[in-house]
Amino acid sequence: MSLLSVRDLSIWFDDPSKPAVDGVDLDIEAGRMLALVGESGSGKSLTALSLIDLLPPGASRQVASLALEGEDVSGWPEARRRALRGGRIGTIFQEPLTALNPLHKVEKQIGEAIRVHQRLGREAVRRRCRELLAQVDLPASEDMLARYPHQLSGGQRQRVMIAMALANDPQLLIADEPTTALDVTIQETILDLLKRLQRERHLSILLISHDLGLVGRFAEEVAVMHRGRIVERGATEQVLNHPRDAYTRHLLDSEPAGRPDPLPADPPVLLRADDLAVHFPGRRRGWLGRRDTVAAVDGVSFQVHRGETLGVVGESGSGKSTVALALLRLIQARGKVVLLDQPLHELGARALRPWRRHMQVVFQDPYGSLNPRLTVSQAVEEGLRVHHKELDAGQRATRVRDLLAEVGLPADSGDRYPHEFSGGQRQRIAIARALVLEPDLLILDEPTSALDRSVQAQVLELLKTLQRRHGLSYVFISHDLKVVRAISHRLLVMRHGKVVEHGDTDRVFANPEDAYTRRLIDAAFSRDGKQAVAQ
Amino acid sequence: MELSPIWRRQWHTFRRNRRGLWSLYLFLVLFVLSLGAEFVANDKPILVRYQGELYMPVFNVYPETTFGGLFETEANYRDPYVAELINDDGWMLWPPIHYSYDTINYDLQVPAPAPPSAENWLGTDDQGRDVLARLIHGFRLSVLFGLILTVAASAIGIVVGAVQGYYGGWLDLAGQRFVEVWSSMPILYLIIVISSFVVPGFWTLLLILLLFSWMTLVDLVRAEFLRARNLDYVRAAQALGVRTPVILFRHMLPNAMVATLTYLPFVLNASVIMLTSLDFIGFGLPPGSPSLGELLGQGKANLHAPWLGLSAFVTLALMLSLLVFVGEAVRDAFDPRKYLAAERGETP
Repeated sequence: MSLLSVRDLSIWFDDPSKPAVDGVDLDIEAGRMLALVGESGSGKSLTALSLIDLLPPGASRQVASLALEGEDVSGWPEARRRALRGGRIGTIFQEPLTALNPLHKVEKQIGEAIRVHQRLGREAVRRRCRELLAQVDLPASEDMLARYPHQLSGGQRQRVMIAMALANDPQLLIADEPTTALDVTIQETILDLLKRLQRERHLSILLISHDLGLVGRFAEEVAVMHRGRIVERGATEQVLNHPRDAYTRHLLDSEPAGRPDPLPADPPVLLRADDLAVHFPGRRRGWLGRRDTVAAVDGVSFQVHRGETLGVVGESGSGKSTVALALLRLIQARGKVVLLDQPLHELGARALRPWRRHMQVVFQDPYGSLNPRLTVSQAVEEGLRVHHKELDAGQRATRVRDLLAEVGLPADSGDRYPHEFSGGQRQRIAIARALVLEPDLLILDEPTSALDRSVQAQVLELLKTLQRRHGLSYVFISHDLKVVRAISHRLLVMRHGKVVEHGDTDRVFANPEDAYTRRLIDAAFSRDGKQAVAQ
Repeated sequence: MELSPIWRRQWHTFRRNRRGLWSLYLFLVLFVLSLGAEFVANDKPILVRYQGELYMPVFNVYPETTFGGLFETEANYRDPYVAELINDDGWMLWPPIHYSYDTINYDLQVPAPAPPSAENWLGTDDQGRDVLARLIHGFRLSVLFGLILTVAASAIGIVVGAVQGYYGGWLDLAGQRFVEVWSSMPILYLIIVISSFVVPGFWTLLLILLLFSWMTLVDLVRAEFLRARNLDYVRAAQALGVRTPVILFRHMLPNAMVATLTYLPFVLNASVIMLTSLDFIGFGLPPGSPSLGELLGQGKANLHAPWLGLSAFVTLALMLSLLVFVGEAVRDAFDPRKYLAAERGETP
């Protein structure tokens, strides 16, 4: 008998005829890990949240039966169902920083989870907190119990979340994208921990994820969701290696693959950065004392050739995005930046302006990078208004229309507003805005990180096409090694503001010199066994 | 110009709030009517026909001799003698109320303040002037004063807040400290001191109040700009080489205006109240101006004539309530949680 079995679950917002989750059946066996996989909007999180009555306001649910160990709990009164949450069913959320109360110490966070469901004395709660910390591989010390969430690293916060979820010995753990907000090397350790807990406690885990590589490595069973329905389910091995459904195949094919186009021999140098350094003010010593400085970027040097893609890789806090802002001279930086033989670091803000059209940028967040109050063509033509004052409105409109067509947007896009577009389309708009001035260099700061895998693949393909057609150079910043490998000719690996490895992409992947680079590559590629690093 | 869909959505949410919408309509009707106060309450006729010719005393000054009178001075149309001269050979079209704000009714049967009668619908004040006429003119003056003060104070506040928020650093720090010091000045005493050596007129009073009321929006706009300057679309504009004023006004201000607009009806309210209270204690507009505060003061001095205090009170209460209702509706319209709920078809 399954631990949890759901029959005919439907969830909708306004209109029952347009359900977000449409007749889903789920069975989770005791002691197994079931992964619910899908892209954003597939209904996977809604499905999981509905199991513990945490649907967002405005959502309605209908279910034929929701059985926990054979007993239908869907008709239970609210108080009894509440006892299930955090009791027999524990939950881990995606973003540990917002899921923990910033005003409570670790002891209180975990202690509260215990007290809600059990009557224990102070000392007993404390003892239990320490036990739980030890189980999630955190030091069970006074010091750890007395820390606030902001004093913990991302991985530690997620471990505290897991400890809270385990507080009442649940039978089922729902993990909603538990590692998405974490760096790759930390993702590994968190999932290892979950896997160990599953074995030791005979725990069932429902893992919600968009990452097929991760799922392939850890889950025993997989259910693939698409548009509110489960399109395929089965043993992980079976589904990932011999997918029967077209959508599953599509998902698997969207994993970044391929290589950049070969470079012409001896391309000229386009951009040179020498000894780039960015310092932020840190803590002040005493009342009137001097401020310490924190080096976000420290002595970074590199060159970008014409038509080449330089991948900049690193985990959060490595300073890779700061490098982008420093190159664009949007923040104060020391060191030399030479573009087309013109030293940019010697120019003032006004003198720099004409040079800006040679170097443009695309940011990560497709929602934040477009002004919600400007139409698409207003946004795209802005660069022309600044640098090509000789063009009249008609010429600008023609240029914008051609460009929107080139980045693959529908013909009527120009008069519409950003909110009418999907994430991938918005990223295309941002690319069009950057390209309108026909720059030589495009700085791409995590341009695909906020996108689903299949959309990511399309945007990468677009970037490659544009590079081929216009001879563009890219500085491609990403935390995702798979994506970087698919597009970069050379690679710059950063850690703590410094370059730890620099070389041809193929060489770095085949033969990493630095131990940290090796760890990054291992974390990114060891997950899916069939895709070997050497390939 | 076409409204962007965000504005359109917010206007739609605003319209869903019935009370706010009706308050806005009612206020606009009253305000537009009071703008033409000369055509509603005046001691001169709107149109005169005399010996086949048309005269508009509202706009032009005609000596009494025009109508066959004796004096070279302006005709007093309320004078029975002049009225008879005109009516003998033509006619006069009067506004509904035959008094302007400063017309004194010398024909009162009782000592001023006179109670409401067929002639003076809301009675007269203690100098024999028609209360209704003074209310209409006073309403216009208060609202105009409030509007000008609000617009000017907001404009200054927005620019100061925007500059502080966008540049940050020392400029921001210095600006913040200055605003703190400046806003702790005791406005009332300053005005009392100033009015002891100048008699404040409409514009001087406006200027003095403006000096001390531009700070309301500074913090708000500053916070919005501090947030917005790190948004990617602002960075992208900087990377395009767009000049700073354009970034401030094209990219950042429209998105910061939401929080600002929410405050405007309340700022307007505060301005009206400020003027009224200054008039009430006698440090406001020059004597003789139609002023709600002055009428309230008369009501306090003449408790045996309750129509004075009551009329002023009802007018003020109505005006301020309407503005508060409009303000609430605007605030809700700009609250994303509310307008998203409205889109889903729920009642806000």
